[in-house]
Amino acid sequence: MRRSLTALVLAAAAVLATTASGHSRENLTIGITQYPSTLNPMIDSMLAKSYVLATAYRQITIEGHDWQPMCQLCTALPTIENGLAEPFPSQAEDGTPITGVRKTYTLRDDAFWGDGTPVTTDDVLFAWEVGKHPETGVDTVKAYQDVLDIEVHSPKRFTIVARKLDYRYPSMGDFQVLPAHLERPSFAAPREYRNRTLYQTDPTNPGLWNGPYRVAEVRVGSHIALARNAEWRGPAPAFERLVVRAIENTSALEANLLSGAIDMVAGEAGLSLDQALAFEKRHGDRYQVIYQPGLIYEHLDVMLDNPILADLRVRRALLHAIDREAISQRLFAGKQLAANSFVNPLDWVHTTEGVPTYPYDPLRAKALLEEAGWVLGPDGVRWNTYSQRLSVSLMTTAGNRTRELVQQVLADYWKRIGIETRIVNEPARVFFGETVSKRKFPGLAMFAWLSAPESLPRTTLHSEGIPTEQNNWGGQNYTGFRNAEMDRLIDATEIELDREKRGRLWADIQRLYATELPVLPLYFRADSYILPTWLQGVRPTGHKYTTTNWIEDWRVVE
Amino acid sequence: MLGYLVGRLLQALTVLLLLSAATYGLLGLMPGDPIDLMSGANPDITPADIARLKALHGLDQPIWSRYLAWVSAALQGDFGYSRLYAQPVLDIVADRLPVTLMLIGVSLVVALAIAFPAAMFAARNPGGLADRAINLVCFAGISVPPFWLALLLIILFAVILGWLPAGGMASTGGEASTLDRLRHLILPVATLTAATVAAYTRHLRAALIEVLSEDYVRTARAKGLSEHRVMTRHALRNALLPVVTLLGLDFGALVSGALITETMFAQLGMGKMIYDAIMGNDYNLALVGLLVAAGATLLGSLLADLAYARLDPRISYRADGGS
Repeated sequence: MRRSLTALVLAAAAVLATTASGHSRENLTIGITQYPSTLNPMIDSMLAKSYVLATAYRQITIEGHDWQPMCQLCTALPTIENGLAEPFPSQAEDGTPITGVRKTYTLRDDAFWGDGTPVTTDDVLFAWEVGKHPETGVDTVKAYQDVLDIEVHSPKRFTIVARKLDYRYPSMGDFQVLPAHLERPSFAAPREYRNRTLYQTDPTNPGLWNGPYRVAEVRVGSHIALARNAEWRGPAPAFERLVVRAIENTSALEANLLSGAIDMVAGEAGLSLDQALAFEKRHGDRYQVIYQPGLIYEHLDVMLDNPILADLRVRRALLHAIDREAISQRLFAGKQLAANSFVNPLDWVHTTEGVPTYPYDPLRAKALLEEAGWVLGPDGVRWNTYSQRLSVSLMTTAGNRTRELVQQVLADYWKRIGIETRIVNEPARVFFGETVSKRKFPGLAMFAWLSAPESLPRTTLHSEGIPTEQNNWGGQNYTGFRNAEMDRLIDATEIELDREKRGRLWADIQRLYATELPVLPLYFRADSYILPTWLQGVRPTGHKYTTTNWIEDWRVVE
Repeated sequence: MLGYLVGRLLQALTVLLLLSAATYGLLGLMPGDPIDLMSGANPDITPADIARLKALHGLDQPIWSRYLAWVSAALQGDFGYSRLYAQPVLDIVADRLPVTLMLIGVSLVVALAIAFPAAMFAARNPGGLADRAINLVCFAGISVPPFWLALLLIILFAVILGWLPAGGMASTGGEASTLDRLRHLILPVATLTAATVAAYTRHLRAALIEVLSEDYVRTARAKGLSEHRVMTRHALRNALLPVVTLLGLDFGALVSGALITETMFAQLGMGKMIYDAIMGNDYNLALVGLLVAAGATLLGSLLADLAYARLDPRISYRADGGS
C-alpha cells in the first residue's frame, strides 16, 4: 500500500515535473543513503565513508577497474620478478615455520598533504603504530599486525617486512597512511584516539587530506562539502566544490534528485535495483542510469546441523527447483547475474570448467527427493518413513523488499516439488546480531556477502571459521561446513604465488563448493548509478573501491 | 505550592533514575551488540578482532556493571561518547535539541493558531455545513500518513513548482541566512501541522460544544453578552482543560522529535537521533536522548497540572502535595 502510494506520487511527478532547475556546473551535489560515522581512514569500515574519503584521501594501493592491485600513493607494486619483493624464512604466530616477504615501496614525489607537507615514510610508520595498537579501535588489525617491521631507506622509500608471503603480497591491502605531523598528539592516549583524532575533532584541517579534494564543511548527519585541494598535484578535478548529502529515505532521495537539490545518486549507497529500474522507466530520458554487476553475493546459508538439510540430495533438489535465470530476468530485468558459486564471473579466478551447475529442472529435483526417501503426501508436502514432514524455514531481514520478494518466489518454487517453506523474518539487528552470527537459524538464511576480487573464503568456508561459544562466536562459517579438502585448498591457495597454479586451486575450490553446496547461490547484486547526462567519466568498479577514487577523471560534457 | 513543586521534582528524579536503569537494561537485552552487527557484514574480521573490540567497548562486561559505571560517570557530568558519531553525547544532544524544538514548536504554534478559530467556528453550529467541512478536513489530516503527505509536498513544492527546498536544514556552502533556514522549515512544519491541527481542533470543538450547553453560558447569553464574548470569556476558558492535557503530553514530543518527518526531510532532530542510536546500539546516546524526552514529558505534565489550577478555581495544590 505504502509502496503503491509512493509510486503513484512519483508517477504524477513524472508527468508534471519540469526539467531540473538550472545548476552551476562548478559544483556537484551527490546524494547517498548513509552518513559516515567517522572520517578517520582506519576506524570503522563503512561504504559511505569509503565513498567520501576517496575524493579527499588516497591510500598506498587499491584495486583498479581491472580488479587488479594498483598504486595510488606508491610508484610501483613490488613483485619478486621486478626485484622489489623478496621471500625470507619467517614464523607464524604459533611458531610454525612459514615464508615471509620483504617488499619495498616508493611514495610518489608529488604526494602532499593539503597543508603542503609531503607524504613520507614518517606517515607510514605512524600509521603502523596506530593500526597495530589493540586499543585504537581498528576493525581488522591484521593488515598492521602482520607487518613485523618497516625499514626506512629515505623519506619516500620503505620496506615492509611481512610475516607471511601470500598471493596478495604486492598490495598493501587496507593499510592506511596517516599525517603524523598532525595526528601524533591525538594518539597520546590510544584508547581515546577514536574520539580525539583530528578527522573527528577538526575534519576541515587541510593537512589531513592528500587527494584531489579536501573536506571544507561538515554538518554531522546531513552533508559533507569538499573543496579543491590546492596541494593536489595530479590531474585537476572538474568541480570546484563537491557536496555529499545523506538522505536516508530513498523516496526522498529520488524526489531531491528530481527537484535538482542533488545532481546524482551514488550507486554505492543509493537506490535499490528495483527502484532504479522504475526510475529509469519514468525519467530515463533525463538521466544516465548505469547498472554495475558487483561482488555482493546474495545466497542462502544452509544450516548443515539440520538433518534434513545435511542430506546433499535435498540441497541439490532445492537448487534444481528454482529458476534463478527467470528470477533475474523477471525481478531484476536481467541486470543481476545468476550465481553458480561465490566467485563472480567478472573475477579472473572464476571458472565454469568442471563446476557442477543446477539449472532449473523440477523433475530432477523431485527425483532427488524421492531418492532421499521423501514421498509426496496427500497434502502436497513430502514425508519420510520416520513421519517427518519436508518443511524448512527460510529466514531473511524483515523490511528488505527485494529479499522478501525473492523469498516468496522461492517458497512457491519449492511448494511445486512438495517442500513446505516456513518464512520467518527478523529485523536486521536480530537477524545478523543474534540469529546468523550465533548459528541459530534452523534452516536457510538469505543474506549477502560483500567480497573483494580474488578473495579467499577463509572465514566463510574454512572449518576454523565456524562460530562457537568457545571462539566468542567469531568467524563467518555460519553453515558449519567442515571439509578437510576445502581447508587444504584454502591454505594452499593463500600461499601459491604462481598465477596459473593458483587459478587451478581456485577452480578446485569452486568445484568443491558447487558439489557440496554448503551454501545455495542465488545471484550477484548490481549497483545502480543515476547520473546527470552532462557528467562523464564515472566508471563503477563492482568491488569495494568506489568510483570516487577516480574523481579527477569525472568531466562535464554539455 | 513550593512544597508541592519540590515533591513533584523529587518524584521526577526518582522516575528518571528508574527509567535509566530500565532503559539501559532493555537496550542490553536487545539481540546483538555493535560488534556482532559489524562482524555480520565484514567477512575479513577475525575472532581475535571481535574479542578485542568487545573488550575495547566494554561489551565483555555484564550489563549491570556497565550501567553502574555509566551512572557513576553521569553523576560527575560525564555522559560519555556516542559510538555512532564519536562525539560527546551532550554535544550531539545540544546540536539536535534546538532543531526539534524549532520544528515541533513552530508546528505546534501554527497548529494552535489554526485549531482555535476553526474549533470555535465549528462549535457555534454543530452539524452545520462549516462544522462538517472542518470535520472532514480534520479527518483527512489525521488519516493521511505523514510520509505520504511529506512526499506529496516535496513533489508539489520542490519538484514541480520549485518554490521550496526538498529537504535539509539550510543550503550548503557558507553560513545560512535566517530566511534560508525558514524556507527549509516550511515543508516539514506543514507536514507535522496537518496531523496536529486536526487533533487539537477535534478536542477543542468537542469540549466547546459541551461547555456551550452549560447553564452559565445560557445565563451569559441572557445577560445580553455578544456571542464572541460568550465564546472567548466564558466557554473557551472552561473548554481548555482537555487541550491543556493534550499540550502537556505533547510537551514530551517537543524534544523526542518526529521520526518520519525528520527522516523524509533530512532534518537532524531528536527523533532520528534516538532511533538511530537504538538501532545502532549506541547506548550512551540512546539513553540520554530517551531521558531528555522523559524529563520533558514529566515537565509537561507538571506544567499542565499547574495550568489546571489557573484555569479552574476549584483546583488548588496544598503544601502537603495534595490537591
